[in-house]
Amino acid sequence: MRITKDEVMHVAHLSRLDMDDASTDKFAEQIGNILEYVDTLRQADTEGVPPMSHAISLTNAFREDEETGHLERDQALANAPEKEDGNFMVPKVIQ
Amino acid sequence: MELYELSIQKAHRLLKEKEISSQELTKAVLERIKAVEDKVDAYITVANDMAMAQAELADKAISEGNCAPLTGIPLAIKDLMCTKGLRTTCASKILENFIPPYDATVIEKLKARNAVITGKVNMDEFAMGSSTEHSAMKITRNPWDTSRIPGGSSGGSAVAVAADMCMGALGSDTGGSIRQPASHCGVVGMKPTYGRVSRFGLVAFASSLDQIGPLTKDVTDCAILMNAIAGYDTRDSTSVPKDVPDYTAALKDGLKGTIVGIPKEFNEVKGLDPDVSTAVENAIKTIEDLGAECVEVSLPHSEYVVAAYYVIAPSEASSNLARYDGVRYGFRDRDKGSLMEMYKSTRSQGFGPEVQRRIIIGTYCLSAGYYDAYYGKASQVRTLITEDFKNAFEKCDAILAPVAPTPAFPIGENADDPLTMYLSDIFTLSANLAGIPGMSVPCGFSKDGLPIGLQILGKHFSEETLLRVGYNFEQATDFHQKKASL
Repeated sequence: MRITKDEVMHVAHLSRLDMDDASTDKFAEQIGNILEYVDTLRQADTEGVPPMSHAISLTNAFREDEETGHLERDQALANAPEKEDGNFMVPKVIQ
Repeated sequence: MELYELSIQKAHRLLKEKEISSQELTKAVLERIKAVEDKVDAYITVANDMAMAQAELADKAISEGNCAPLTGIPLAIKDLMCTKGLRTTCASKILENFIPPYDATVIEKLKARNAVITGKVNMDEFAMGSSTEHSAMKITRNPWDTSRIPGGSSGGSAVAVAADMCMGALGSDTGGSIRQPASHCGVVGMKPTYGRVSRFGLVAFASSLDQIGPLTKDVTDCAILMNAIAGYDTRDSTSVPKDVPDYTAALKDGLKGTIVGIPKEFNEVKGLDPDVSTAVENAIKTIEDLGAECVEVSLPHSEYVVAAYYVIAPSEASSNLARYDGVRYGFRDRDKGSLMEMYKSTRSQGFGPEVQRRIIIGTYCLSAGYYDAYYGKASQVRTLITEDFKNAFEKCDAILAPVAPTPAFPIGENADDPLTMYLSDIFTLSANLAGIPGMSVPCGFSKDGLPIGLQILGKHFSEETLLRVGYNFEQATDFHQKKASL
């Protein structure tokens, strides 16, 4: 297997996902198969080949520094699951 | 002929001559949705009132002499483009109640032309999938055989067009998500060149691959929609500042002097259905008969396409989907005490299994110690795949290929086998990696009566060539005129 259960749990933590035992097993197997397939990439000769992150290379996408419309506070908060006094609410961070 | 069966072009003519009103047309389409939605489950949200109000505005514009090609035309939108005041779910529980406070650029453009938006259509959650089975809302069915998938991820868009539940639709294509469902449902679908259409307001999946495009009943309608949505946008820094031609002017008779390339590697693809290869071979013959010259081309790195894609797309997705944290919008598990518990519980309940799988693959490929072996390597291979196309297009103007290796498969067939599902994307992924435009046009049916599409690929910004090849093929055949009976 290409990826262990512990690795899946570690990556799930990095991804901020909870994972129970059953799904960890299933994911380890499925993702293992996928990574094994992805390993075919190793056979490609990429010596000296530059990496590509975008299909159309553009540099310096400028626009005029002009004030345009913006969301009002109420609009920005409209979809918030919890809000108070015009702020987003999160669980207590500092104990 | 019922009003809802009209093409955009024909409906526009009737609207312009004031033989019908947009309100009549829109009502006919909304009633059609009501009549067949139970059979195909294409829509997540039908915007009845909003659509009728837009139709009224369109009729007013027409009475004042302003009848643009999309004025008063009912269109469906894949549920991942932001529509102000109209729920946009991405077919995910995590965005189930999200009501965007703004319109995507493409939606602004449609509204500026007084088009009518019938509603938001189903898709694989966050556009991750090739079957629309990975929707948290419902499973959409293929109108040609309702026990089969419509393709994906823009399955709702393709079905809505194929079943006359809209006159045209917008979809998005990150690895074939417009072309493959178009092929499976017997409609026309185009993925434009990366940067041709603004992605502002498109919920991001893999930002270097995502592109919005039209799904339509024929090639002419595809050109009409392209005219409306293409163009530079300062709010999308990857959109390309390049003039937009009149795409309908590309719809000219004749393919004399056009050279089409047939990639030799594509015949060696394992699992290529004989009905698909026959339909595509016949289509190539037809295109030759129309005056095009056929040459063999080579895309030597084709064997790495699926692997490179399934590193790059999940990597970008894992980063893009980090924003769903249950704080600013979307679903949140309110019962959790600490911030970390809230994040984890919210995301685990909010995302479906395929999305979680891709987030984990992507995070793994980007994590310390693995970055060079996976993401770095895949990005280099992406360069090689793109160079393959550059070399091929020195010998030809367009490449012809299948869209999918098989016709639409039965619902549930690949449900527990993600890798098999990924491998079925073999013919479509490379266009996204290279950023080139691609199009699917109906080119035949399987023995079981399922539609098959022909894929036409071109160099960057050669949408006009694709439209011309597709248009000439369409004029010489009648596959696009056949309708599924529902």
